[in-house]
Amino acid sequence: MPLNIRTYHELTEADRSGLVDQIVAQRRRVADRLATVRRVVAVLSGKGGVGKSFVTAGLARALARSGRAAGVLDADFNGPTAPQLLHLPVTSCTLHDGVIEPLVSAEGVRCFSMAFLVEDGRPLAFRGPDTEAFVWRGALEAAALREFLADVAWGALDELLVDLPPGVQRFQELTELLPAPPAVLAVTIPTPESRDAVRRALRGAIDRKATPLGVVENMVGGPFAGSAADELAAEFGIPVLARVPFHPGEDVWENIVSKLGSSL
Amino acid sequence: MKFLCVECDRQMQFEERRLPGDGTLAAAFRCPTCGRVVALLTNPMETQLVASLGVKIGGTTLPPQPMEMVRGMVATGKPNAFQDEGERGAGSGTTWSVEAQERLARVPNFVRGMVKRIYLDYAKDRGIAEITPAVMDTARTELGLEGM
Repeated sequence: MPLNIRTYHELTEADRSGLVDQIVAQRRRVADRLATVRRVVAVLSGKGGVGKSFVTAGLARALARSGRAAGVLDADFNGPTAPQLLHLPVTSCTLHDGVIEPLVSAEGVRCFSMAFLVEDGRPLAFRGPDTEAFVWRGALEAAALREFLADVAWGALDELLVDLPPGVQRFQELTELLPAPPAVLAVTIPTPESRDAVRRALRGAIDRKATPLGVVENMVGGPFAGSAADELAAEFGIPVLARVPFHPGEDVWENIVSKLGSSL
Repeated sequence: MKFLCVECDRQMQFEERRLPGDGTLAAAFRCPTCGRVVALLTNPMETQLVASLGVKIGGTTLPPQPMEMVRGMVATGKPNAFQDEGERGAGSGTTWSVEAQERLARVPNFVRGMVKRIYLDYAKDRGIAEITPAVMDTARTELGLEGM
């Protein structure tokens, strides 16, 4: 007699594990937590060292100074720098009513970062078997991102800026976790090499239905030659929001807030 | 993950889970028609992968703890990273045996507050008056605390 092998979804009897329901509940927890966040903005470049965290912090501080409620989720788990850039003291996190309170800067920016949790000077390491760690480490970091979104009391925010690490993986995880695709702010330096990396990341973001807000060109006027921001802006039909010099004044960030104006 | 009893053409039902050691997760499934039982055994990497997804094979009766995965799985956490709020269940009269207290004291600070709360919730949920190492073992198995 031939075996009647069926597909996973054809087996529909009640299942005590309810693994799909557990995943759905995880997603619902994220959506519920972010229901009071007006917009999530992913700050990406696809390239390391262009100053995503620097731009994220500068923009978040300017948003707060302009009276908007801003938060920063530091999604660079292996190189978290948001607390330092926001001038936040690294103290213990407080649990309250089943959620964790974000730390709040003097200017009012709410922030959560792996820097609050991992011992100073040590890498983010997970418990688990030594072998084949590459298989599960990515899943653990995605789960950490989910918990940063769902278990931090972000409260009512106008903008939650997500400071992404280099590459596109964390952005993909973010879009899968969020109830709707995020807006995207691209950061580049002037060079053609950076332009090419950012182009790939931005194209990937648009493919995932993200809304590009514009591009910020960082480290302008220094040793890096090129016109990456103008070229990306022309190619994607987005504005150049700022050209940030090596030692910017506060006005640079306030100009970004002003330029984004109605979209914020 | 589902199991099909091919002979009966029935979806098998989750029966129980165990953590027999060596990082193995054992989940038993029974055919509701013929009663045949099969056990799925995962290797440590597979166990870790399941834990990293934040799901519990067999389900769970307790609500998720905030940052449960991060607190349970990060090995380089700061001992004083979290200031836990008052423990739910603390006023329920649940006590800890000396052995259980000693065992709890060996849990790293980073995760100890959450682990303690999970055991208290587990005991409260089941009307257990005293938490002992045996209760902790059972809870760990039932609740799928592979990473803790």
